[in-house]
Amino acid sequence: MFQRILQMLVKEFLQLRRDKSARFRLLVPPVIQILLFGYAATFEVFNVATIVADQDHTPESRALVAEFVHSSRFQVKANATSSAQVEAAIQRSDVHVGIVVPAGFSHRLRAGQEAPIQVLLDGTNSNTALIAGGYVGQISQAFARTQATSLLAASGHALTAPRVAIEMQPRFWFNPNLDSRWFFVPGVIGSLVLVTIVNLTAFAIVREREVGTLEQLLVTPIRPVEFILGKTLPFFLIGLLEVAIVAGIGLLWFRVPFTGSAWVLFGGTCLFLLSALGIGLLISTVCRTQQQAFASNFFILNPMFILSGFGFPIASMPEPLQWLTLANPLRHFLVIIRGTFLKGVGLEVLWPEFAALALLATVLLTGSVLRFRKSLD
Amino acid sequence: MKWRRTAAVARKEALQVVRDPRSLMIALLLPLMQMFLLGYGVKLDVNNIPLCVVDEDDSQQSRELVQRFVASRYFALRAVDRTVAPAARRIDAGMCRLALVLPPRLSESLVTRQGAAVQLLVDGTDSNTATIAAGYARSIVDAYATGLQVSLLQQRGYPTHSMTPLDVRPRVWFNEELESSHFIIPGVVALVMAVIGSQLSSLTIAREWERGTMELLLSTPVSRLELMVGKLAPYFLIGLVDAAICVGLAVGWFDVPFRGAALTLFGTTCLYLAVVLSIGYLVSVSIRSQVGASQVALVLTMLPTTLLSGFTFPIDQMPAVVQGVTTLVSARYYVTIVKAVFLKGSSALELAVPIACLAMYAAIVVALAARSFRKTLD
Repeated sequence: MFQRILQMLVKEFLQLRRDKSARFRLLVPPVIQILLFGYAATFEVFNVATIVADQDHTPESRALVAEFVHSSRFQVKANATSSAQVEAAIQRSDVHVGIVVPAGFSHRLRAGQEAPIQVLLDGTNSNTALIAGGYVGQISQAFARTQATSLLAASGHALTAPRVAIEMQPRFWFNPNLDSRWFFVPGVIGSLVLVTIVNLTAFAIVREREVGTLEQLLVTPIRPVEFILGKTLPFFLIGLLEVAIVAGIGLLWFRVPFTGSAWVLFGGTCLFLLSALGIGLLISTVCRTQQQAFASNFFILNPMFILSGFGFPIASMPEPLQWLTLANPLRHFLVIIRGTFLKGVGLEVLWPEFAALALLATVLLTGSVLRFRKSLD
Repeated sequence: MKWRRTAAVARKEALQVVRDPRSLMIALLLPLMQMFLLGYGVKLDVNNIPLCVVDEDDSQQSRELVQRFVASRYFALRAVDRTVAPAARRIDAGMCRLALVLPPRLSESLVTRQGAAVQLLVDGTDSNTATIAAGYARSIVDAYATGLQVSLLQQRGYPTHSMTPLDVRPRVWFNEELESSHFIIPGVVALVMAVIGSQLSSLTIAREWERGTMELLLSTPVSRLELMVGKLAPYFLIGLVDAAICVGLAVGWFDVPFRGAALTLFGTTCLYLAVVLSIGYLVSVSIRSQVGASQVALVLTMLPTTLLSGFTFPIDQMPAVVQGVTTLVSARYYVTIVKAVFLKGSSALELAVPIACLAMYAAIVVALAARSFRKTLD
């Protein structure tokens, strides 16, 4: 039995070695994708193009504007004189944030009245607008507190008046600088491996069927289980290799930390690869031609990718979609891979994901092997 | 170029599409799937973030502050602990995204020179959610502190007017509710166009090679320009129908505002379709197997459209080199146009730059595609 499986293995690797385009597809797209995601995928908000209209021209208004100029979050690109100019700049998409300090600002401040400032946000990118709006709030609140203190001092109440101050000290665990890259790179490893393995498995078997070599194999003494093992084992090994390569790029090039146990990640990867193989096998039992396999892969892999928590929080999805994500192996693997990379947690925390992956792998593999044997008859 | 021959090729290609259920499935099912999947699955809004509180103070003030968090729609209180350890375990396990730590004697230190400090432990794994959540938490704490001070000053007879000196009045334009689906869905239209257009056209020439009908085709008097126009015309129509479906769903189902001129969108969609169809055609000419062609076409269009077009990730936040690369991505111009037409109601004149870039792009790829096909067998 082992000899026959071994021979299948040798055949598969030989086939892969001689297929230039397959080798290319295996190596080049993953590397391009991890580089793209590492460099292009970011939700961070720095240097947002900003326009300021200081209509007050007083030390106070200039101090407030200076706070924005010196913040790394905003880049004051232009100074306007009227709110119409600010509005026009936003309409043209030259800037995404406009701040108008109206005339009479400092007068009202000194008189102890509410001094309004207008903030105009381009909401086209809702995420950037939301975060930038938060930073505007923070900067102006800090400014307001300093002003309040100096006003109290000026009125002679500084020493006696009660002063309430709560300093909030946020500490960001697992990703202290809130680097988007740390969030995306581990996720890319999971989604890339899924796509590669499902594609390889489905195509390899459908190709044998299409070309007619499947029947040739069936007349050899090989048994269905041996055939499946011999067919999938190479892809399993390739999957492990690919995880190693892409993880290596993430660690060495993008400097994403790995704080957990490599063994936990290895175990999770094995379970995940088994589920991916199961999906690929299932597709191969349904499709007759490579074209069909390609279309099916797209229709299955694309939803898996979007409903995995890769970039978009599962908690924000409508509830039925949230339930659906539970049947998605990628969702569980992403928890494991981010848990081991960033959080450094082990099985004591990740056991539900391991259990879910084990269950999914069992169901998918059993189902696909049963269907596959039937499709061979 | 003879219209009769072009029409004949177009008719043949159209018949082939109608009789090939797979192509039809891609043409009709894919836009529906993508719209619903991305419309519902891609949300960046942050509501009901699971929160746990470590109340080491257990005073009236600490409970008041916690109540502020409970009342906010941004947070969902999951647990209140007395020590940090169980809260840390919850964050580790991903059950809570953040923990608000209220230190002992918080209520006493509130009214001192040094002030009080509360700690916010945030799970930074999902950096975007963490940024937004920390921002919300800060504004709640700030508002609480200000309110408390005002009431204290009032009680003790001090002038209170100095306490809220700054009144920030934010106005959000184009997407007033900051609804992330309004930001995502117009981009989905571009994504669907890119995938469908290139997928369908990537099969056109490869199919002839694979089915062995190429020799037949080469023996006809059809010229390469007639061939391309005829082959792509049916897909152009399908693309327009798909665009109509997507825009209809965006406006009718997902309630995305459509403020611009339909004509601007129609014109630029035609340009963009010409680009993606030509790219697919170019791939089809150079790769002779259908599977290979559709795979290459998928990678060539889907990845740049998702990552490098400003569809979800803002281009101005990317490193300069990557920003340079995005100028070569046709989807970048189309995504800019679609979003502006939907949300900003921009006119064609305001969008002159991206429209000109897209038109130039279209002219170049169409010319390349028209020249790519050689009437030889090898």
